[in-house]
Amino acid sequence: MIGAVWFWIVAGMLAAYVVLDGFDLGVGILLPFLARSEYDRRQVLRSIGPVWDGNEVWLLAGGGTLFFAFPLLYASAFSGFYLPLMIVLWLLILRGLGIELRSQVESEVWRSFFDGIFVLSSSLLAIFYGAALANVIRGVPIGTDRYFFLPLWTNWQTGVSPGILDWYTVLGGVVALVALAHHGALWLAYKCQGDLEVRASKIAKRLFPVLVAITLVSLPATVIARPNSLASYQQHPVLFIVPVLVLVALIAIAILRARKQSLYSFLASSLYLAVMLVGAAAGLYPVLLPSTNPAVKDITVAEALSGSYPIHVGLIWWTFGIFLAVLYFTVSYWLFRGKVSSDAGYDHE
Amino acid sequence: MDRLLLDRIQFAFTITYHYLFPQLTMGLALLIVVLKWIALRKNDERYNQAARFWAKIFAVNFVLGVVTGIPMEFQFGTNWSEFSRQTGGVIGQPLAMEGVFSFFLESTFLGLFLFGEKRISRLAHFGAAFMVWLGSWISGFFIIVTDAWMQHPVAYHVLPNGTYEVASFRGLLLNPWAWIQYAHNMCGAVVTGAFVMAATGAFYLLDKREVEFGKLFLKVGVIAGLLSCLVQIFPTGDIHGRYVAKHQPAAMAGMEGLFHSEMGAPIVLMGQPNMEQQKIDNPLAVNKVLSFLIYGTTRAEVQGLDHFPRDQWPTTLPLLYYSYHIMAGLGTWFALLMVVAVFLLWRGKLYTTRWVLWPILLSFPLPYIANTAGWMTAEIGRQPWLVYGLLRTAAGYSPHVSSGNSLFTLLGFLGMYSVLSILWVVIVYRVIQQGPNMPKNNNETLAA
Repeated sequence: MIGAVWFWIVAGMLAAYVVLDGFDLGVGILLPFLARSEYDRRQVLRSIGPVWDGNEVWLLAGGGTLFFAFPLLYASAFSGFYLPLMIVLWLLILRGLGIELRSQVESEVWRSFFDGIFVLSSSLLAIFYGAALANVIRGVPIGTDRYFFLPLWTNWQTGVSPGILDWYTVLGGVVALVALAHHGALWLAYKCQGDLEVRASKIAKRLFPVLVAITLVSLPATVIARPNSLASYQQHPVLFIVPVLVLVALIAIAILRARKQSLYSFLASSLYLAVMLVGAAAGLYPVLLPSTNPAVKDITVAEALSGSYPIHVGLIWWTFGIFLAVLYFTVSYWLFRGKVSSDAGYDHE
Repeated sequence: MDRLLLDRIQFAFTITYHYLFPQLTMGLALLIVVLKWIALRKNDERYNQAARFWAKIFAVNFVLGVVTGIPMEFQFGTNWSEFSRQTGGVIGQPLAMEGVFSFFLESTFLGLFLFGEKRISRLAHFGAAFMVWLGSWISGFFIIVTDAWMQHPVAYHVLPNGTYEVASFRGLLLNPWAWIQYAHNMCGAVVTGAFVMAATGAFYLLDKREVEFGKLFLKVGVIAGLLSCLVQIFPTGDIHGRYVAKHQPAAMAGMEGLFHSEMGAPIVLMGQPNMEQQKIDNPLAVNKVLSFLIYGTTRAEVQGLDHFPRDQWPTTLPLLYYSYHIMAGLGTWFALLMVVAVFLLWRGKLYTTRWVLWPILLSFPLPYIANTAGWMTAEIGRQPWLVYGLLRTAAGYSPHVSSGNSLFTLLGFLGMYSVLSILWVVIVYRVIQQGPNMPKNNNETLAA
């Protein structure tokens, strides 16, 4: 029971990360397609300036919580995904620099360089996150010592000994790229003014059918890649509300965007991302990391869960800490609410 | 190449490089709060402008601290998975708490502090600066709790599968080692912040520009510098040293280069440890002082390295010895310099005394070296243990990550961090060149 609580706490924190950092990753992906002048670029970056770092904290806090609650999973997965994880770390470093250092030196070359870094790292991170989630869903070749080490690719097939990249995980990467770009477009439509708002809205509109199509492809693909993923759903038919909610969210996005209710269409997109992730997590539970080798057991919640004392104490401080975090976020988003414009920025007199 | 060595070098390199930034931001955060406080109390806009200038330096260093900090949290799992699996039930707790209690606080209020000065009242802006300081110091606390458990494991029990679980949450957080190490470390961060501020002030005065701000930085810098330097030596350094002597006697013997147990042991001020002949070459020593420092009496016996089996000696012993001596030597220099500076400040002569301004300017890199050397003393002294007395370093790394992969990522970090260093120099140089008299709303700068 307490294991389930921690499973959903970690899943929830990672979902919060995807929804929140997702829009600023999306902004990074779209920067070259949207911003035509320095004025535009500054406006785009201002829309995420005060919040991107806080958004990224959900990844760190989620990672720390995962380590605390499921040490075996942390040890096995992080060493097993060694190379892609290190690449993600390097991309996170580059991305932080891209956002924060671009305006430090007044030079076209300097700014273009950091904009390029920002776009490239944001796009690759989206792809890596999608592929990472797909890896967890598909499973990895866990050994009897509960460790594994995945090469970047093998034969591009799912199966007993897959690589980080195969047809399914690449598909996952593309889904994430499209979904986060779309998410970012809706954020910009909400935060920007004038031409930029119109262009962002137009991009969201164009990405939408792609998103719907790729979402529909990803569902059966998941069942092919991991036939077991339907087991939870068959056991608890109430879970079929998840795909229904995905559809509802998609329809809501389209309607709200058409009505120019940019905040609500962005929130609908947040719901879409959250429900997709909840669906994936529900399909996994009670497994944390599936084994592709039928002879070796999956890593489950029960096996990886930390001792009884720490996870009970943890529940107390975690609840208190997250209450504070939500409070900070509310204050911050409320203070920086509304539209942003470039030369005015947030602190114009 | 040896797996264990590569993993150790990668962790040592990435953590040492990372800590160049937090030591400044944790120290500066406090000094910025002080500047904002004076501005509020005296209703003096110059102090606000000074705070804005330091906020720019802070912002750059904070970003570099954040991006180089992310790999630290993940490297426990990537490179030290056996350590993580066995001790996650203990150290997972403070590490997760750092994320939940500190990172959210820091990041949110830093956004407010840097972007929100026009949106919130002066008092609220002071509050934002205060929260950034609080967040960064809470972060330091949880990291030190983690390290302190590795140095001096308390409040745990062993589960049937051989892994460790925290037995008392209070016991873990109230580990005495953590509190004394925390006091010593945070004080060290203030030394770095104060020296950087004082050196910038000395630079402006010697360069004959921004004179008003130069004086202001110098004044705040040397006063904070003197206080932190003195507390660094006594009581924090003193108590910390006794703790090490009590709980890690082999580490203490290594730090002091004491090869043989001795009554009335001398303190070695200089000299080179000769591992082959087990003695100190060219020693410059003061008799009986070590016994006195540890036990309060000149006659007490201090255990030398010969007291311990060879497999419990700290590995890379000469490096431990040098790290400790560099830290202690620099600490002495800091205290001397600051005593002279504050005396001259009191006499009203500091701003014109060039022979003191120059050493203050040139000393700015030294606290970085001292802080690094201090951490090297703590962590090399802990060897050959990952968790002192419980888990050997050689038993902690990831079993399936090959040395080729370790070397690949080590080289990647070396390359990436070289680029970061160049960017840091360019940007900080530019901010200092620009000076504190910049226009109030610098739109060119996204972060300030």
